[in-house]
Amino acid sequence: MRAALFRAFLLLSLAIGFVALGTLVADVLWKGIPYLDGILFTEAPSADPDQAGARPAILGTVYLMGLVLLMAVPIGVGTAIYLEEYADRERWYNRLLELNIQNLAAVPSIVYGILGLAFLVRGVGLGRVLLAGAMILTLLVLPIVIVASREAIRAVPDSIRHAAYALGATKWQVVSRQVIPAATAGIATGSILALARAIGETAPLLLVGALTYVAFDPTVLGAFTALPIQIFQWTARPQEDFKLLAAAAIVVLLAILLTMNALAIWLRDRYQTRF
Amino acid sequence: MGETPDTIVDVRVEAAAKNRPVLPPRALRDVVLGVSDLTVSYGGAPAIRGVSFDVYRNFVTAIIGPSGSGKSTLIRCFNRLNDLVRGARVEGRVLYHGHDLYAPDVDPVEVRKRIGMVFQKPNPFPKSIYDNVAFGPRVLGMTDALDERVERALRQAALWDEVNHRLRESALGLSGGQQQRLCIARAVATEPDVILMDEPASALDPVATTRIEDLMHDLKRDYSIVIVTHNMQQAARVADMTAFLSVDVSPEGHRTGILVEYDETARIFTHPSDRRTQDYVTGRFG
Repeated sequence: MRAALFRAFLLLSLAIGFVALGTLVADVLWKGIPYLDGILFTEAPSADPDQAGARPAILGTVYLMGLVLLMAVPIGVGTAIYLEEYADRERWYNRLLELNIQNLAAVPSIVYGILGLAFLVRGVGLGRVLLAGAMILTLLVLPIVIVASREAIRAVPDSIRHAAYALGATKWQVVSRQVIPAATAGIATGSILALARAIGETAPLLLVGALTYVAFDPTVLGAFTALPIQIFQWTARPQEDFKLLAAAAIVVLLAILLTMNALAIWLRDRYQTRF
Repeated sequence: MGETPDTIVDVRVEAAAKNRPVLPPRALRDVVLGVSDLTVSYGGAPAIRGVSFDVYRNFVTAIIGPSGSGKSTLIRCFNRLNDLVRGARVEGRVLYHGHDLYAPDVDPVEVRKRIGMVFQKPNPFPKSIYDNVAFGPRVLGMTDALDERVERALRQAALWDEVNHRLRESALGLSGGQQQRLCIARAVATEPDVILMDEPASALDPVATTRIEDLMHDLKRDYSIVIVTHNMQQAARVADMTAFLSVDVSPEGHRTGILVEYDETARIFTHPSDRRTQDYVTGRFG
């Protein structure tokens, strides 16, 4: 009896998640399909819903992804290698560093946005540009990249390190030729998932000055917008047609997210080393 | 082993020990590793204490003893692998051809180039068979005629015929026994002087174990081998010299490994001079 009740509870929990997600996807698809055409990808936003596209927003999101990848992965993986392979845990500054990273992962994204506005846009004087948005998203996902990379590095058994040392390898050779190659699949998976988190973020980008209406292709050091912001802007409009356009943009964003998650799963299954 | 009369060793061990070839007299032996008054402690607590003995060139030297007697700790001093353990402290001296391995100016990487190691559990790299064997030569810059070097190492480890058609396949696809021979090939590929083996057959089946033991007979022509084992028959079959470690329990309850007896294998297993050795080899202890 209790077992059956518990089972029913588990199924219900599962169902809530599935039904909610299913309804959302179905609703968005139903509304968005009519607007999922070439215009969405090739045209800039316009006052006329039939002429309006999300080209600047899609390009903005692609540029952001590229820049975040370029910045977050080297810094994150570097930090993870330091903490796992080089840092002496008995030292107070290393423990402080670890504690700090754990806390950073829990900071709300809006706070990163405020930091970006105060430090990058105003303090450094970068202005309301795409690069500032990419840097803030990098900071936002850095803890995720670090934690995932540390786990991947920790999953490489010590027996591999010892075997390499016993052959006369230096620390650098052990890390660069054995540990990192063996951890690559895990690092890549974690980085992609972190990136997927970054492209859905809206709040910090709004704060560093992503514009809601951009009619031109973005540049790294110019004004920009991104998909979540374009969606936000369209849904805020009174005309019904813009809501449908927003649904189409949501489908694009979801497709990008699902593709990235699928890629992460595929990478993990295909390349993960089992010891 | 039950109630064995205390003067009679396991017959198979005794037969194997008596079959040992006659060794050159002491004056003609070259000392490769001279261990004197070696004490190793982890975080202050000694794991082995005051160990002294000589390892001879082209001999197989076995280290036997019960669990916790510090056999692995001892063998890991010979290639400074204890350096990787936090809080490990080594006192005393290990002279390698007369040079102190623990002198301040000695680089542990240099030590490990000359003194190779095979571990208890086969630990091939998650790479191809070829890349496993080639790793050592590559990190040491011995990349001339690498293919020939890899083939030679695999032949020395009696693995070539089984893998020559699939050198590019992952080493993780090999059986446990093959993996361990691959680890031996990997160790000999850099042509070290000494090979340390830490219970190399304990994770293997009897057939694979026999192959590893046969291999040791062949390898000792070119190398000096130190093997840790808790299989006494194995020690009796392969070793020329045997060191027996035991656990010394202090009045406060600290357990420390000490060297009880070091002698020719035949003597250790048939006429040990220490009561504790006799108890151990007759199966009354450990």
